[in-house]
Amino acid sequence: MAYVAIADRDHEQPMHEPRSFVTKYIWSQDHKVIAIQYSLTAIAIGLVALVLSLAMRLQLGFPDTLSFITPDQYYQAITLHGMIMVIYLLTAILLGGFGNYLIPLMIGARDMVFPYMNMLSYWVYLLSVLVLCSSFFITGGPTGAGWTLYPPQVILPGTPGSDGGIVLMLLSLVLFIVAFTMGGLNYVTTVLQARCRGMTMMRMPLSVWGIFVATILGLLAFPALLVACIMLLLDSVLGTSFFMPALLSMGEVSEHTGGSPILFQHLFWFFGHPEVYIVALPAFGIISDLVSVHARKNIFGYRMMVWAILIIGGISFIVWAHHMYVSGMNPYFSFFFATTTLIIAIPTALKVYNWVLTLWRGDIHMTVPMLFVIGFIFTFINGGITGLFLGNVVVDMPLSDTYFVVGHFHMVMGVSPILVIFGAIYHWYPKITGRMLNDRLGRIHFWATLFGTYAIYLPMHYLGILGLPRRYYTMGDTSFIPDSAQVMNAGISVAALFVSLVQLIFLFNLFWSRTHGKPSGSNPWKATTLEWQTPQTPPKHGNWGPDLPLVYRWAYDYSVPGAAQDYIPQTMAPEDVPTSDASYHGGEGEHS
Amino acid sequence: MTEETPAISTGIGADPSGLKGVVTDWSHDRQAFQVPWGKAMMWIFLLSDTFIFSCFLLSYMNVRMTTTVAWPNPSEVFALSFGGQPIPLILIAIMTFVLITSSGTMALAVNYGYRKDKKKTVLLMLATAALGATFVGMQAFEWTKLIVDEGVRPWGNPMGAAQFGSSFFMITGFHGLHVTAGVIYLIVTATRVGTGYYDRHRGGNYEMVEITGLYWHFVDLVWVFIFAFFYLW
Ligand code: HEM
Ligand SMILES: [Cu+2]
Repeated sequence: MAYVAIADRDHEQPMHEPRSFVTKYIWSQDHKVIAIQYSLTAIAIGLVALVLSLAMRLQLGFPDTLSFITPDQYYQAITLHGMIMVIYLLTAILLGGFGNYLIPLMIGARDMVFPYMNMLSYWVYLLSVLVLCSSFFITGGPTGAGWTLYPPQVILPGTPGSDGGIVLMLLSLVLFIVAFTMGGLNYVTTVLQARCRGMTMMRMPLSVWGIFVATILGLLAFPALLVACIMLLLDSVLGTSFFMPALLSMGEVSEHTGGSPILFQHLFWFFGHPEVYIVALPAFGIISDLVSVHARKNIFGYRMMVWAILIIGGISFIVWAHHMYVSGMNPYFSFFFATTTLIIAIPTALKVYNWVLTLWRGDIHMTVPMLFVIGFIFTFINGGITGLFLGNVVVDMPLSDTYFVVGHFHMVMGVSPILVIFGAIYHWYPKITGRMLNDRLGRIHFWATLFGTYAIYLPMHYLGILGLPRRYYTMGDTSFIPDSAQVMNAGISVAALFVSLVQLIFLFNLFWSRTHGKPSGSNPWKATTLEWQTPQTPPKHGNWGPDLPLVYRWAYDYSVPGAAQDYIPQTMAPEDVPTSDASYHGGEGEHS
Repeated sequence: MTEETPAISTGIGADPSGLKGVVTDWSHDRQAFQVPWGKAMMWIFLLSDTFIFSCFLLSYMNVRMTTTVAWPNPSEVFALSFGGQPIPLILIAIMTFVLITSSGTMALAVNYGYRKDKKKTVLLMLATAALGATFVGMQAFEWTKLIVDEGVRPWGNPMGAAQFGSSFFMITGFHGLHVTAGVIYLIVTATRVGTGYYDRHRGGNYEMVEITGLYWHFVDLVWVFIFAFFYLW
């Protein structure tokens, strides 16, 4: 029995229709409002991280003329930049933002299963952001240990923020994890238990699959970070020695003894590597949907894509120590982790092939989201290939801690997800606001961002091969670094400035189109998935009006032979599909 | 409800068999598990919490191996003297017994919950909470003894490796917080059963009792591991 009818559980989702402005937009339990709150907060804090990166870039590019930050401030900027970008921007916007918005709409639910907890999740997240920001204003400033927060230096005097900044950083992370857990439990349970009738898991859009598996990864990986944070907090506040060996610090014997700094690295990267996929899997999912909609073709190999997401998610838990090849690990461990790292490239490459094969002979509409899709595929291949280099122990040894690494991870987990987020915003903005984003501005934004970011990060690979070390305030006079490297550094900084300014166009577009954009109607892209079939646009509280939708097919019935339209919404019954000739056979739905 | 299930299959091919059939069945529409939402969520939460405790315990094992100073002998440290005769691990044995008993009363509470026996359910839940509170009380006693009498501090102790005290306070403290939260949780749920909240709002469904029970059994189970790795190793 494939499709079991089960008791209708609609009563489990009591609707609290919000009455006042405050309950509607501030203390809101509506997943759509929470999604917007999450996204706006993430974008706001992301802008802080962007400004920090500019401060660093100006220092690196023009060390003699524009040097207005001190070495300590450079370290603080680098730490907060990295941490904010990875956690408070990307994780929050992809799961808290897109996860919240898309999951209930795409699976035909009225809301998350526990809306109140969902609301708490946002407020705790906001609190964690505020705690993080407060570290800018205390004496000593925020921590400057690098986003990896490695002990021992993270709490030794001499590292900026070793007295107060690090405590706030750790507290903020703990709060973030609490917030994520409250949200994440909701996302997973909603996907598992609250789908509408006919929405089997193998009919879910890949966006939901990506977000779903990424959330599971988060629920299993953040515990390691939580434990690391608690132990580090105890080391720095109570003087315990979990991570702190006996050592001399500034000429004095420290009070610590017998701890293991490597233990921290293991805990951190047990979280840190899955974190890469927490960011990447939602991006993969979203890209799959965008590529299919804008190429008017079903995604190539849907089942393969689902399995690839699951397999990547699984393997991502056993590759973490590829970040620790130079930490002094047993070479046999390195061998193991190099092998698993290279294995994970297989399902990942498979996904890339499937995107490209979806484009192959598709009816490609060069819309702004499609531009971002193509930009993403290029960038991701680029970053993925350098990842293969770094996954090999002997290749990584000389490249580790150089700009090659900086170039690699910015390509693969900086630019790629950001391109997806942009593409997704251009794609779903009409559903969120009822208006289109301005197309011309969107195109300018895309090309400027794409070329700009390549101008920033491609040269970094070369600089890394030259041996330019990462996390240096200034390169000084080092014999192996030619003067031309400085020219290149200056060029990178100009490009960084340019890319940052271009984002103003995007922000302007966001606000301007809110009131002046072209009205979009309910389904401007002629997409099949449920969120485009809501009775109102933007969807009202409860999403679906009196009746939940009924799903008859998978999410990718585009250009079905014989059908009159080039898309068949998931809610359309086989007998209702308008046909144009006899070759129509009901869509791809079941034999994918 | 009585509404009929629509023909949601597009009708191409028969239901798949073999591995594909397993996938299809498991991923059929609406729900993956035939359980209430709250229960599914509690299971997932406990899975996540398992990772937290595993990380704590693995970290503890790791520092126990890396530290250069000898590890204090737990059965001496955790001995209590009765009439001048030290009995190793006696307090912990009693604590463990109390906690395991509370799992028993909890299981009974769930059982009576299903039979809609309100009074027995409430009483057994309160008994569970009381046993939990006793456990926390004994833990407080143990902490006091270690801190005041033995001079154990998070950053060091007279018996040997500093990590002994730090791991001990951290792990038992974290577990103690779980137990404390569980006691509060039990009292809230018991009150709601008692005052008829679930009769009024959930159509007399006492599944919350079982969900509370899941959490409680988990906390007990974790204790068994802490007990084995910390006190017996
Ligand atoms: C225009 C955009 C960006 C610019 C100009 C930029 C620039 C930089 C610079 C200059 C560094 C320091 C390199 C060093 O001295 O070693 C850095 C580090 C870093 N960036 Fe970015 N970045 C940008 C966007 C992003 C994004 C979107 C992410 C998200 C993943 C990100 C993640 C990181 C991380 C994790 C580090 C390492 C921090 C550390 O070493 O502790 N960056 N970035
Ligand atoms: Cu990694």
